[in-house]
Amino acid sequence: MSRARRSRTEANPRRQILLLKTAIWAIGVTPVVWLAVAFFQRDLGVNPVEKIIHIQGRWTLVFLLAAMAVTPIRRLTGWNRIIQVRRLVGLFAFFHACVHFLAYAGMEQLFALQYIVADVVDRRYITAGFAGLVLMIPLAVTSTRGWIRRLGKRWQKLHRLAYVAAGLGVLHYFWKVKGDTFWPLLAAVTLAGLFAVRLVYRRKSRRR
Amino acid sequence: MIIRSRKPSDIPSSEITPESAYINRRKFLGASAGIGAAAFLGVDPVRADTAFPGGHSAPQDDEPNTLEEITSYNNFYEFGTGKEDPSKRAHALVTSPWTVKVDGLCNNPADYQLEDFIKPSTIEDRTYRLRCVEAWSMVVPWRGFPLADIISRAEPLGSATHVAFETLWDPEQMPERMWRPRIDWPYREGLRLDEAMHPLAFLVTGLYGKDLPNQNGAPLRLAVPWKYGFKSIKSIVRITFTDEEPPTTWATQTPREYGFYSNVNPDVKHPRWSQAREKRIDGSKLFGYRWLDTQFLNGYADEVGHLYEGMDLKKYF
Repeated sequence: MSRARRSRTEANPRRQILLLKTAIWAIGVTPVVWLAVAFFQRDLGVNPVEKIIHIQGRWTLVFLLAAMAVTPIRRLTGWNRIIQVRRLVGLFAFFHACVHFLAYAGMEQLFALQYIVADVVDRRYITAGFAGLVLMIPLAVTSTRGWIRRLGKRWQKLHRLAYVAAGLGVLHYFWKVKGDTFWPLLAAVTLAGLFAVRLVYRRKSRRR
Repeated sequence: MIIRSRKPSDIPSSEITPESAYINRRKFLGASAGIGAAAFLGVDPVRADTAFPGGHSAPQDDEPNTLEEITSYNNFYEFGTGKEDPSKRAHALVTSPWTVKVDGLCNNPADYQLEDFIKPSTIEDRTYRLRCVEAWSMVVPWRGFPLADIISRAEPLGSATHVAFETLWDPEQMPERMWRPRIDWPYREGLRLDEAMHPLAFLVTGLYGKDLPNQNGAPLRLAVPWKYGFKSIKSIVRITFTDEEPPTTWATQTPREYGFYSNVNPDVKHPRWSQAREKRIDGSKLFGYRWLDTQFLNGYADEVGHLYEGMDLKKYF
């Protein structure tokens, strides 16, 4: 094998990660930019705020499930480097959740605290969604290298909360829809499947 | 109250509110106020008693929504659960010929051709508030005739206490698969007989002075303006007189959330939406709506409040 070829295989994994990260950035930023442009062009239909909230909610779940999929993919494929994109995917989930919440709190409720509090207390789907968002805050804050070092083993434990947050997000969606539960159920099955993969590998590694 | 009521011989609402009013809303607000008053003077005096007993409550909040708003944002789950699905998919619905079956406890049960069903009635235009249980609302210039007309012609028996309605269910024309959403089709609704006989209960055949668009429930739908929108059943194929409260789709599907009466009531909380306020769809606003306080019985309490005297409306929600 020539030296040139070997160096290319060496460089490839890093390039792959860079490409993947670029794609994640593109997918992460595009919906928000598109929504902003469409909103100011009055292109979001009769109830633009509702549309923004719905679309951002869906992207939050997509990124949450993608973040939850990183470790299972790593286990199943043995592609260890993929772990390097997990933080970025998780932070984009948090970013979309924040836009989703701000569209609700700011555009829909006009930051009227009494109505927001009433919603969080009275309506279980909002209670679940809000709890999920609050849980994501410490995860986002402690996602930096400094916090990972400082927390050591406790960091892993803390970040298992991501599963709880994702579960709450799916529950929020399930309780919100009326009649057609197809998409929330698909999200729930996906999340359960990802969790199952993790459990299977954990049992395997314990047996060893 | 009816916001406006008018015989079709008067100025058609299609002339009052241009379909492009959305673009020109400010101008239109000024113009329609005057025409509204003219329409008031032009109303059939016999009907005027029932039409305007309480006068206007908040006219500045009750400008009709544009045709575009009314026809591109609504629920008609047979065509999908998205608000824009009905406008995209309902064109497949064949509304002619159309048969309405009248049966149950009445002297004149029959299968009517739609034209024969409508012919004996005087068609009029009425502008009603529409309050969706999802906490958004619109103001809609319907065209149609009182439900009481049909009921009188059917001659319900003394034992009849309720009227049940059914929407067409035809999976060939309605693209949603049977299991999505998992609703026990056909869609069913119902009213107590005295509610159905009330002059405000209206059978709709048109919108903005034209034929009713498919997505809004063509060719025949109900408008019961003091109840949440889902009571105003669309694309009716059957009207049945019964001696008990008929099962209705949403109350059967989710009894915790929806009752048989489903009167608009800001004091009865719904698990998904606060009913204290509503988003009035308004294309002149940046966010597409403005918040209004929801009125008891959607502002029609003076007219229909007596129907519920002595009833605990928190229990019978």
